Amino acid sequence: MIAWLARRLLLSVAVTFVVLTLVFVAGRILGDPVRLVVGIEASEERVQQVRENLNLNQPLGEQYLSFLNDAFSLQFGTSFWQKVPALPRVLERIPATLTLTAAALALAVPLGITLGALSALRPWSRVDRLTNVISLGGVSVVEFWLALMLILIFPVRLGWFKTSGYGGIEYLVLPALTLCYKPLGRIAQITRSAMLDELAKPYVKAARARGLAERRVVFVHALKNAAVPVLTISGDELAALLNGAIIVETVFAWPGIGRLTIQALERRDLPMVEATVFVVAIFIIATNLLVDMAYTWLNPRIRFSGAGAA
Amino acid sequence: MSAEAVTRLDSASEAPRNVGVGLILRRLLRDPVAVFALGVLTLLLIALLAASLVAPYDPLRQNLRLRNSPPGTPSAIEGGFPHVLGTDELGRDLLSRLIYGARVSLAVGLGSALLSGTVGTALGILAGYHGGRVDDLIMRLVDLQMSFPFLLLALLVLYALGPGFHNVILVLALVRWMVYARVARGLTLAMRNSPFVDAARVTGNSDLRIIRRHLLPNLASPLVILFTLEIAALILGEAALSYLGFGVQKPEPSWGLMIEAGKSYVSTAWWLTTFPGLAIFLTALSLNLLAASLRSISDPVLRERWLNAGERTRQ
Repeated sequence: MIAWLARRLLLSVAVTFVVLTLVFVAGRILGDPVRLVVGIEASEERVQQVRENLNLNQPLGEQYLSFLNDAFSLQFGTSFWQKVPALPRVLERIPATLTLTAAALALAVPLGITLGALSALRPWSRVDRLTNVISLGGVSVVEFWLALMLILIFPVRLGWFKTSGYGGIEYLVLPALTLCYKPLGRIAQITRSAMLDELAKPYVKAARARGLAERRVVFVHALKNAAVPVLTISGDELAALLNGAIIVETVFAWPGIGRLTIQALERRDLPMVEATVFVVAIFIIATNLLVDMAYTWLNPRIRFSGAGAA
Repeated sequence: MSAEAVTRLDSASEAPRNVGVGLILRRLLRDPVAVFALGVLTLLLIALLAASLVAPYDPLRQNLRLRNSPPGTPSAIEGGFPHVLGTDELGRDLLSRLIYGARVSLAVGLGSALLSGTVGTALGILAGYHGGRVDDLIMRLVDLQMSFPFLLLALLVLYALGPGFHNVILVLALVRWMVYARVARGLTLAMRNSPFVDAARVTGNSDLRIIRRHLLPNLASPLVILFTLEIAALILGEAALSYLGFGVQKPEPSWGLMIEAGKSYVSTAWWLTTFPGLAIFLTALSLNLLAASLRSISDPVLRERWLNAGERTRQ
């Protein structure tokens, strides 16, 4: 277990390294950082000042090393936009993003599993086709449009909930509803196909032959086994959820990391951009590590087959 | 209840049957969902190929006297085609902009899907066929990109490169190639040591020929399905990037951009945001539905279930 953990941590450091290199390449090699920061119509003085600030007068290799050094000692410099150190500002935003994603998942997981199980109950029936369209709708919708449609219906027409801001539950409802549809659709799809696989297995036939009620066979026997692939929230799903969070936070002015990233990009605030990307990468790595650890602990087959499962 | 249980037991021993193209096509056309998807995609294809012929107005021509007119407003010109879907904040015909917007969305979707599909498949086959360190390197990169939100990556690269139509295609290809690589690698790995590849090797075929003549045809159907799904995902990606201001730029009629422009009027002119979003939704939904049908057809086990299904529900 310790060897496995050490390997994973080493891998995480490597991943962080790659992400930081990418940020460096995007910010300082692909684009001229000074132009990115001050815009084209800036004065010569301002350009020189920014150049000095970013250490751009040094050779590229040295810049890279000092950038890595700064990053690993968590120094991302002062935000151009807010005039304060960038990293604390980014860390402040984590709770908002966590609240939003957790609320969305809390809606998506039970609803998605129910929908998927319902449609596996009678494959290719009318119910199945309808739920299939509903769940595929989830992966076909753009979040910002769904958000605007919900705003059009609830706050504008009915006067319910709040359209933007952060605070009580009335602020959370619409962003969470918007964000939950995509994972809901995906979970329903996965549940359906996992259920169909399970329902074709001999133990289901045996349960039916014993005369158990169909409902019991499906919801107790098959669903329990189908839940294994469904509940393994993989890293890909987390990435997809964060994609959605970037957009949903922007539409609803939700003060999370996604909105901050967009604001930093719009204001060409290089230190802030670097800090947000770093924090998102660490966040993803940490979550994946926790999920893997939980999964390894829960599933002895993985635990005892050695550390190779990294 | 017991009758149902009996049919279920029977269906487990489904007898395979000969499946011709005709049967599949007939079944596909009898499935209302598939017909709907094919219909929407046909309309889009028409918009893509003949936008200037079917669009009633120039998508960029403004008429400030008709700003934000609701759907069904008659044309300002005598005997002109009415503004069926209304006009936008500059008095431009919404339907025409939607038709031209289809061109942008589909061009970006198809272009970046082709680009990422080619690169991703090539690298995936290379990784699966070659194995060893090459495989390790490519797959680590795939895992890394898979666990990172692709929108954030795309935004980061667009931030450096600058926005625009061509950059969006390039960037979307760059952030989605790994999806194909993962699938192609898995399938190649499964087939690499199978008897038919061994047979091809001992009869003196070169690696390149084995890949081209023996592996690729077997990869084709899952990759085509993935390609269909990816077009949908990329159309959504383009819309999101354009909405955030990092994608296609004004005055180009992109669906994502149209929603962005209409959002300030969401309480007074609902049609500005509703219709472009509906267009994106229907396009992506049709592609996803089509991919689901294609998957049912191409997988022999699913195909049997799917072909039998129609009969069972009619009992």
